[in-house]
Amino acid sequence: MSELLVPFAYEYMLKAMFVSALVGGVCAFLSAYLMLKGWSLMGDALGHAVVPGVAAAYLMKVPYAAGAFFAGLLAAIGMAVVKQHTRLREDAIIGLVFTSFFAAGLLMASINPTAVNIQTIALGNILGISDEDVWQVVIISGVSLTILILKWRDLMVVFFNESHARTVGLNPWALKILFFTLLAACTVAALQTVGACLVIAMVVTPGATAYLLTDRFGRLLVLSVALGVTTGFVGAYISYFVDGATGGVIVTLQTLLFLAAFFLAPKHGRLAARRRAAAPSEPAL
Amino acid sequence: MMDVWDFVAVPLSYGFMQRALVASIFIGAVCSVLSCYLVLKGWALMGDAVSHAVLPGIVIAFVLGLPLAVGAFAAGLLCALMTGYLKDNSRVKEDTVMGIVFSGMFGFGLVLFTKVDTDQHLNHILFGNMLGITARDLVEIGIVAGGTLLAVLAKRRDLLLYCFDPQHARAIGLPLRFIHYALLVLLALTIVASLKAVGIILVVAMLVAPGAIAYLLTDRFERMLVIAAAVAIGSSAVGTIVSFHVDGATGPCIVLIQAFVFLLTFFFAPRRGVFALRRA
Amino acid sequence: MSLVAAKGPRTSIAKADVAASLSVRDVTVAYSNGVVALRDASFDLGPGTICGLVGVNGSGKSTLFKAIMGFVDPRHGEVRIAGLPAAEALKRGYVAYVPQSEEVDWNFPVLVEDVVMMGRYGHMNFLRIPSAEDKRKVDEALERLGMSGYRHCQIGELSGGQKKRVFLARALAQEGRIILLDEPFTGVDVKTEVAIVDLLRQLRENGHLMLVSTHNLGSVPDFCDHVVLLNRVVLAAGPTARTFTQKNLERAFGGVLRHFRLEGGELHADEDRRRVTVLSDDERPVVFYGDERSDEEPLHRKNREDES
Repeated sequence: MSELLVPFAYEYMLKAMFVSALVGGVCAFLSAYLMLKGWSLMGDALGHAVVPGVAAAYLMKVPYAAGAFFAGLLAAIGMAVVKQHTRLREDAIIGLVFTSFFAAGLLMASINPTAVNIQTIALGNILGISDEDVWQVVIISGVSLTILILKWRDLMVVFFNESHARTVGLNPWALKILFFTLLAACTVAALQTVGACLVIAMVVTPGATAYLLTDRFGRLLVLSVALGVTTGFVGAYISYFVDGATGGVIVTLQTLLFLAAFFLAPKHGRLAARRRAAAPSEPAL
Repeated sequence: MMDVWDFVAVPLSYGFMQRALVASIFIGAVCSVLSCYLVLKGWALMGDAVSHAVLPGIVIAFVLGLPLAVGAFAAGLLCALMTGYLKDNSRVKEDTVMGIVFSGMFGFGLVLFTKVDTDQHLNHILFGNMLGITARDLVEIGIVAGGTLLAVLAKRRDLLLYCFDPQHARAIGLPLRFIHYALLVLLALTIVASLKAVGIILVVAMLVAPGAIAYLLTDRFERMLVIAAAVAIGSSAVGTIVSFHVDGATGPCIVLIQAFVFLLTFFFAPRRGVFALRRA
Repeated sequence: MSLVAAKGPRTSIAKADVAASLSVRDVTVAYSNGVVALRDASFDLGPGTICGLVGVNGSGKSTLFKAIMGFVDPRHGEVRIAGLPAAEALKRGYVAYVPQSEEVDWNFPVLVEDVVMMGRYGHMNFLRIPSAEDKRKVDEALERLGMSGYRHCQIGELSGGQKKRVFLARALAQEGRIILLDEPFTGVDVKTEVAIVDLLRQLRENGHLMLVSTHNLGSVPDFCDHVVLLNRVVLAAGPTARTFTQKNLERAFGGVLRHFRLEGGELHADEDRRRVTVLSDDERPVVFYGDERSDEEPLHRKNREDES
């Protein structure tokens, strides 16, 4: 029994569990919006595009978040410019830009292998996070969470029906920019826990899981955040017993919960659908 | 003149550089042809997904003592099939499902990797190890890439019709489901062939950039194939040689050369470039 | 954001006072690919009006809506709503919008009452917490459209007509004086169509201004008192009786419409030699009586019932 409590005895474990839960929660909040719009690739792209910024920040010894944010911004502008001037599909543009950015990061790391640990950036290393990085993550997550709690209804209206949003005096354009800024910021925070490759799971999976469980957006948010916090915390906790790969454990947990919801959800699950099909006499909704 | 000669000849005096050059050209060729279809079909994320999803397959194949390529192939295909199943049976959007499945598989692969003692370096799987390619690897790459390339070229018109107008393809009696899965299989094979050289993450670049560049330069599909292949092979060769001189990783160098070519095209393409449009 | 926050009961009062009007002056809209979607469009509408916006697909109906809602900036010309620039009027919540069905993601996780509550957002504070009044208005709107029984349904579970009613309820709850309806009769059952038309008439009595885009020609003379005929330019605009004529319709629709002409002899056994002309875009035909291409107004359905 006491063996299960061992992780709580280490400061680095407490830190890891706390930070993972926090990041998991904020990313899950954003995931509720992202997954409804078919913009999942954006989450992946931002995660990869910030890598050269992080590498450069480590080389120049500035806060990693600043470099990451700058690179993310640059990538977003690049995508917008290419989108405006070519007939290429959006997914191709996103794929093109983010892989180029990632390649730039890799090249920087391969030329300066001592200053930049590419594996830490790509896969995260929450168990070895420095206090300074913890502060960056906490500030980013705290600010993002506050803005989201204040503005979640406005964002919902914009995501649901932009024309209507305009008629009630909202500015859809500004709110979308706000959303993507928050997404970029949270991607930067998530880099520390799960790394560039798995950021997409953090900003997609919890929302999609909650989407299978409820038809109300408010509840979807609550469920999604709860899932994000829980998987972040428990994932970090379990990673103590499997010696690392915290990001992998968190994401594996999130995926398992999604699969569980896919099969078992009371209304939208596969089993419920099968039951309905077996009992056609049941009155339709 | 001498400098240019040295620039190319010095790297190629090493055996590992010769092998890297040949491998990169093979991979560039097969990826570029496939990229034309992915760009037109809107399947960039599919390339991303399948490539990430091969990780657990590699680890499991190692544990079972199977060839790693077999495990990678199976896992990549499983990802595509699971995505299809989950999408068809829930209201979650396709791109979201894809993101969930491939990140889940990749995450699971990472956990497996830390638990299994392998002789593989995670860095090599993720980012490729072009300079460590052995003669045997080269044969493997040649067979897989060559076979895939031949299959795609032989069936290029069917595949095009499938990407352009699936309804019509069905109407004239093409087996739509079969073509769909055939394209997925070819994609998975291409990724498996490229894995050793450029790694999981950068395969996507090889699978998008050449097609995108060619798309800006021509309106005809056959030409698009040729241009994409030329761009990819050229970038691969130049990138490999440049990487030797800057003493950096090879995969990223190739991808960055492609990105540079894309930028050139984006600005200076004769009809669709930014400047051409501005003059118009 | 601050503008939204500063909005209080003050604007609600102003909203009831303001006379609904819409003035489109020389509006030209061109997209970045150079296509001019709308050229020099001009018309004026006042309070207590239902105006039909009629034209083929691609005639600029959606573009006009976008210009009114400020989604596209006209290359030149101006849209004024209730005497204000469009952006200002939108900020004050004068305009309500009922979207086309294709515009909505029906799988979005919101219930019927959530959608109607979205109409109240312009009236709420910075945090958008619904007040008792907001809830009452939502209840009223749902009641008026007969949708109270469905308030806890996810929107995708409704029928086509019910979906449309939900968005009308949202427009009601919003209390906008000017209501834009984009193809409200497409994919809708007859019962809902009658209910929508009834509601629009009631709103007209209360001084609302409604702009209804439709290619459902037959119902236009039934409830629209004004018509704007569009085909990249405004072909004609004015009271239905003068504007919605066979001549104008043929100009607006060119060869797109089905055109039937029945000679008097084929219609009656008696001596009445008048002809009937039926114009149809395959949804609901519009019928003209008389010999030549008349400039007269078409037959009202009411009249048709009277005659029979």
